[in-house]
Amino acid sequence: MTQSDILLTEAPGPAAPPVRRRRRRPLAAIPYVIIGVYVLAAAIGPFLIDYDPVATEVTERLLPPGSATGSGTAWLGTDAVGRDVLAQVVYGARTSFIIGIAVVTVCCLIGVALGAIAGYSGGLPDAVVSRTIDILMAFPGILLAIVIAGLLERGMHVVIIALSVGGWVGFARLSRSITMSTRERDWVDAARIMGVSKPATLKRHIVPFLAGSVVALATIELASAVLSEAALSFLGLGLPPHIVSWGQAIAGGREHLSTAWWITVFPGIALTILVICIGLVGDRLTRRFTRKRD
Amino acid sequence: MTYFIVKRLAIGLLTIWGVVTAVFIVVRLAPGDQATVALGPDASAAEIEALRHTLGLDRPLLVQYFSYLGDVVRLDFGESYRFGRPAMDQVIERFPATVELTLAATVIAIIAGLILGVLAGKKPGSVLDRAVSTFALGLQALPPFWVGIMFILIFALQLQVLPSAGGGSLANLVLPAVTLSIPFTALVARMTRSGVAETMSEAFVQTARSKGLTETQVLTGHVVKNSLIPVVTVVGLQVGTLLGGAVIIETVFAWPGLGSLLVSAVGNRDYAVVQAATVLIALCVIVLNLAADIVNAKLDPRIRLEARR
Repeated sequence: MTQSDILLTEAPGPAAPPVRRRRRRPLAAIPYVIIGVYVLAAAIGPFLIDYDPVATEVTERLLPPGSATGSGTAWLGTDAVGRDVLAQVVYGARTSFIIGIAVVTVCCLIGVALGAIAGYSGGLPDAVVSRTIDILMAFPGILLAIVIAGLLERGMHVVIIALSVGGWVGFARLSRSITMSTRERDWVDAARIMGVSKPATLKRHIVPFLAGSVVALATIELASAVLSEAALSFLGLGLPPHIVSWGQAIAGGREHLSTAWWITVFPGIALTILVICIGLVGDRLTRRFTRKRD
Repeated sequence: MTYFIVKRLAIGLLTIWGVVTAVFIVVRLAPGDQATVALGPDASAAEIEALRHTLGLDRPLLVQYFSYLGDVVRLDFGESYRFGRPAMDQVIERFPATVELTLAATVIAIIAGLILGVLAGKKPGSVLDRAVSTFALGLQALPPFWVGIMFILIFALQLQVLPSAGGGSLANLVLPAVTLSIPFTALVARMTRSGVAETMSEAFVQTARSKGLTETQVLTGHVVKNSLIPVVTVVGLQVGTLLGGAVIIETVFAWPGLGSLLVSAVGNRDYAVVQAATVLIALCVIVLNLAADIVNAKLDPRIRLEARR
């Protein structure tokens, strides 16, 4: 069962009773705070830390964390060609956010549009969309991404396309199923009787009810997009060498694992903490919008 | 039931066609065709043209597409330019290692996931439940390739108890299998947890308790059995994700399977091997999904009926 299945099990009704306010748990804010720190680092970090991904400083290679270098202290050490690991972590956060958010936006727009149209009109459009979903669900998305990103020209846009090809399916499935149940509600009938056009009905009376579940799914998909991007760059596919990414940094440190563990460990920790925090937030949103407490 | 199987088979065939077509399109969009890649950068224009003619790359795209579809039906993907032998042979040779790895990971995931799931589900809302559930959520979010490298760092380089790369022996299997099983352990644990938590409130559990059975007897004899079957079938449906994960994990541990072959073929633009490997993976996923679907439908009549609509 994937996250979209959990969201599908119980589509939210329009008049969901306000959830009883639970006892405030101060710990619950932690993931949000951590994500905030990452966003801040990704947004303003590159202005504070100077980093040239293609520059090499042979005298300062493989320095352990805390060593003094020509340009200050390397708090997280340096890599095999003398580049600062902390700077790689900060610049990598920016890459992860850009690609992650772009992938989720593309997937969300395509998925919600196709899912809502398929669910509302039924018939041939529904059949086409549903069969496409079946095909894409059966084949592992990361494999498709590996083939696309590996064979085409390198570039950020190619990675975004490669990850989006399989990523919209979850959004489409979710939107289709909620649309199909919302379509039968009274206010949609009322709109139809009053002569509101189909596109307007979809936009005004159906799509707003998708919002909550779609936001929950988008959070989960953001985590998986960040993870997939790191996996692709780890395999050396997709991003060109001048774009800093956590996956690339992790792969770069593999050869020096026995002598310079910090090159691999720190970018990996950065990736893991971010993905776990996004996952926690997504899980909370999912539970909230399915009104299924467990 | 026949209708259900036929429908599933049709979707399976459609999926293979979709994968084959997608890979065909990507290969044609890629910079440098088979001929340029095979001959290398030093080849003259005339040589490339000659090979293009031999491979049929100078024909119209649609003709190429249909002749390619014909080749796929005969499972003939041409020769790998790197190894100079049929791509399908190459792929089939690597296949058993991948099966071994995924099977081992599945077994680990089911055993560990069941234990965690039962621990959490037997008292929903308890401290243990919250701890296990959070732990499972964390497991699911771990980047498998990085965890694999950390395992190498700890167990192969620091403690030197397990080999870091290669295949063949049981010791080689441990680290990749455990790494690959992590997200599925989390999945099985979460599913078992909700299954057990639901079953705990059933009347027959109360009956079992009032018979005087101990809590352990109630759990093993009545609760776990009832939450086991859906877990196994849904794991069958996850085989695609498992194979996708295996591709990355095999590369980390230099495991001589289909995945590491596919990644190196993509990196070297060995189109024949890329096509053969993707089709074989798609076939596996479809056959296993079909099997899981049929088992599921046999157990749960609601699924059969839904397929009719």
